[in-house]
Amino acid sequence: MTLKSRHLLGLENLTRAEIEYFLDTAGSLKEISSRDIKKVPTLRGKTVINLFFEASTRTRTSFEIAAKRLSADTINISASTSSVTKGETLIDTAKNIEAMRPDLVVIRHPASGAPELLSRWVDLPIINAGDGTHEHPTQGLLDLFTVREKRGKIDGLTLAIIGDITHSRVARSDIYGFQKMGARVRVCGPPTLIPPGIESLGVQKFHRLEPALEGADVVMVLRIQLERQGTPPFPTLREYSKLFGINLERLRRLKPDTLIMHPGPINRGVEISPEAAYGSHSVILDQVENGVAVRMAVLYLLSGRSVDA
Amino acid sequence: MPRLIRGGRIVDPSSGRDGIFDLLIQDGKIARIEPRIASLPPDTETIEAAEHLVVPGLIDIHTHLREPGYEYKETILSGSRAAAAGGFTGVACMANTDPPNDNHSVTEFIRERAREAGLINVYPVGAVSKELKGESLAEIGAMVDSGIVAVSDDGHPVMNSGLMRTALEYTQIFGIPVISHCEDLGLSRGGQVNEGLASLRTGLAGIPAEAEVSMVARDLLLARLTGGKLHLAHISTARAVEAIRAAKAQGLQVTAETAPHYFTLTEEAVLSFNTGAKVNPPLRSAADREAVQNGLRDGTIDCIASDHAPHSTVEKDLEFSQASSGIVGLETTLSLTLNLVQQGIIPLARAIALLSVNPARVLNLKKGTLAIGADADITIINPNREFVVNPDKFFSLSRNTIFAGLQLKGKAVITLTRGKIIFRE
Amino acid sequence: MMPKKIIDAEGIERILRRIAHEISERNQGTRNLALVGIPTGGVHLAHRLARIIKEMEGNQVKTGELDTTLYRDDLPLKGPIFRLKRTDIPFDLNDHRVILIDDVLQTGRTIRAALDAITDLGRPKNIQLAVLIDRGGRELPIQADYTGKLVTPTGSEEIEVRLRETDGMDEVIVQEKKPGEKPILTR
Repeated sequence: MTLKSRHLLGLENLTRAEIEYFLDTAGSLKEISSRDIKKVPTLRGKTVINLFFEASTRTRTSFEIAAKRLSADTINISASTSSVTKGETLIDTAKNIEAMRPDLVVIRHPASGAPELLSRWVDLPIINAGDGTHEHPTQGLLDLFTVREKRGKIDGLTLAIIGDITHSRVARSDIYGFQKMGARVRVCGPPTLIPPGIESLGVQKFHRLEPALEGADVVMVLRIQLERQGTPPFPTLREYSKLFGINLERLRRLKPDTLIMHPGPINRGVEISPEAAYGSHSVILDQVENGVAVRMAVLYLLSGRSVDA
Repeated sequence: MPRLIRGGRIVDPSSGRDGIFDLLIQDGKIARIEPRIASLPPDTETIEAAEHLVVPGLIDIHTHLREPGYEYKETILSGSRAAAAGGFTGVACMANTDPPNDNHSVTEFIRERAREAGLINVYPVGAVSKELKGESLAEIGAMVDSGIVAVSDDGHPVMNSGLMRTALEYTQIFGIPVISHCEDLGLSRGGQVNEGLASLRTGLAGIPAEAEVSMVARDLLLARLTGGKLHLAHISTARAVEAIRAAKAQGLQVTAETAPHYFTLTEEAVLSFNTGAKVNPPLRSAADREAVQNGLRDGTIDCIASDHAPHSTVEKDLEFSQASSGIVGLETTLSLTLNLVQQGIIPLARAIALLSVNPARVLNLKKGTLAIGADADITIINPNREFVVNPDKFFSLSRNTIFAGLQLKGKAVITLTRGKIIFRE
Repeated sequence: MMPKKIIDAEGIERILRRIAHEISERNQGTRNLALVGIPTGGVHLAHRLARIIKEMEGNQVKTGELDTTLYRDDLPLKGPIFRLKRTDIPFDLNDHRVILIDDVLQTGRTIRAALDAITDLGRPKNIQLAVLIDRGGRELPIQADYTGKLVTPTGSEEIEVRLRETDGMDEVIVQEKKPGEKPILTR
């Protein structure tokens, strides 16, 4: 098995076999995090740069732990402390870092397409930790891993993604990933937050929550924000919560083995109630745990050329 | 010194002439066109044009020459060279310079620079509004005296319908067109790419077709109300083409133009986040492209204009949402237009008309024609010349084009203004 | 050269029986023994040895699998990345004497990696090594405690162990290396 690209920029262009390769590798690496000594020497002496132009404690910490468990050295660069505040462009920042010879770059950036731009200018494997509203491939992979672990398979399952689809990089990565792995995908939210033409991706569109949840095996709840530029897409958080919030009453209608997922951080009581976030359906914390294994797999597989032994 | 262009295929849409003729230039004017000119004046220099097309000097009705203010992107001199290399003998240049061309001193400066360059005819387009802010009318009369041929706030729309109405009325004193950049900023706000496949797949904010169509509709209504001379810039959408077609069918005097990227490419070009494909209006759907091509064929769209928009790597080698919009076009427009002819989408005579006599008519210029007595502004084209678009060889100071590396056939090889050779390959 | 079978199915079974007896003899029985197989051949052999020991002594020794890929000493950047296999040690290493089981011992680097891996997982009372085939060619000072057969192929020959669990039959063959083919795994 060889990966076509030396980067992980998104799930859109991965094959099913490549996705399974990442998931299988994550499966082999997961037990390391349960050991007493949570470290293997595999990436010893390698340097991983976490280039985060957008604040994110959760994803960055996850990548840092993943790198360290593989014995790599990690350097965190965040936008506020970087030369970007002095007007340096992304390309110049990256070229300067490249000159210090790191081995892998993990980048999170508010502009869609920034990792792609970087991959054209810098001769290093680039891992997209979230670019604007485009993709968040490691989140997609850990969501897939979690569902496969809990339900044994993904083929034939129905995934319902609830929330602001238009502005969600997680939604896009999940749509591509879950479809490639054989799931049926639904999106649900107010029309103002669902991109026109989304059906062309093979996805079913819902504007009411109840029908979207009907028979769903996995419910992916997205964080909702009111503050955006331009006309607000819905009147109040209260109204959003009433129409689209995953609360106790809606929990009761779910099949017993339906999984509730959320990329985090959650807005308690808005898109998801505490009962749903911490109840028996929820695998939100498994997602976080699996995130480390998945990111270890990504770092491992992108650190060289893949061959079969 | 007299010049003979021998044995070329003369395609002159203004007269309908299409055949093999010799053409004699004397004193900067077209003196004779005959199947075979045997007796020549002494010192006549001959240009062998067998297997070549001989057409009126092309006119680009929409370019940005960036001077004054952005000379690192382009100057009137470098833009003139690029134009000549692209087969253009005349270009209209937009007012969004720095300072903007909203007063007669800037107009005079532009004309002076063009005179110094001494290559092509540069026709300045003045601003509709002071500082292109869309609030109050610029001193159009003074600018007309200094030589503008039209007004436009291009780069920006005139959002205020009251101001647009006033502009369409006021310009009737001078008989010049208002060139309208049709974009409803409320609908396009924050948008980077076409709302559709492009926005869906890239996650970038989308600009719906309606941002253009709604303003086209508004401008057509105001043109009917005022009787003013409206010219619609860079048409990119199917429904805008429909609206223009319907308006013309009802007898409205309106003209329209489109740019080569809208009849050649679709929104798929941005899926890889290539900023070379970032333009405003954005590249649209395949259906829109087809409608634009149909509009070129059936006369709904009158002109092809490059919308030459030079940007340096500082503005383009950035994240897609930060990059400036625009493609350089002076050196590729003719070849991309000939590409439409080669695909059988429009006939050759129509293609030449879209680039010569039609823009001349819109701007009321005595150009774009190979009539006897007309200025000898002539473009000689080798229709079989194959080449690969190489921005490093451009005469323009900028290199921002999505067409880099594209293989094309057909190119201007000699360009003459008033009988003087300003470009020879 | 045609591939030559040097050990057949019965031969392999006899070797395993003998090794099981030796293990029991040297460890004064099989109490607290654990057989840890190195994927993939070693894992199957570990299960077979455990079965034989159960028949012999009535004691079910623990078995586990230990993937050494992450501990390889030949993982340069931009070099080959190998598909990971499973590590599953479902018992406490600290309470056991561990016998590593592999099908072929050559350079000794796989065993070196296995020792590092085990050390990260726990501290067994002792670690021993049993291999089906020792084909010489050490690059490190590693030796097996229990050896099925010592084979010394020439430089152009290759030993292959085939087991019915994965290859459909049990045999050990010697064959000519294909020219230009570099073995990916160095054992």
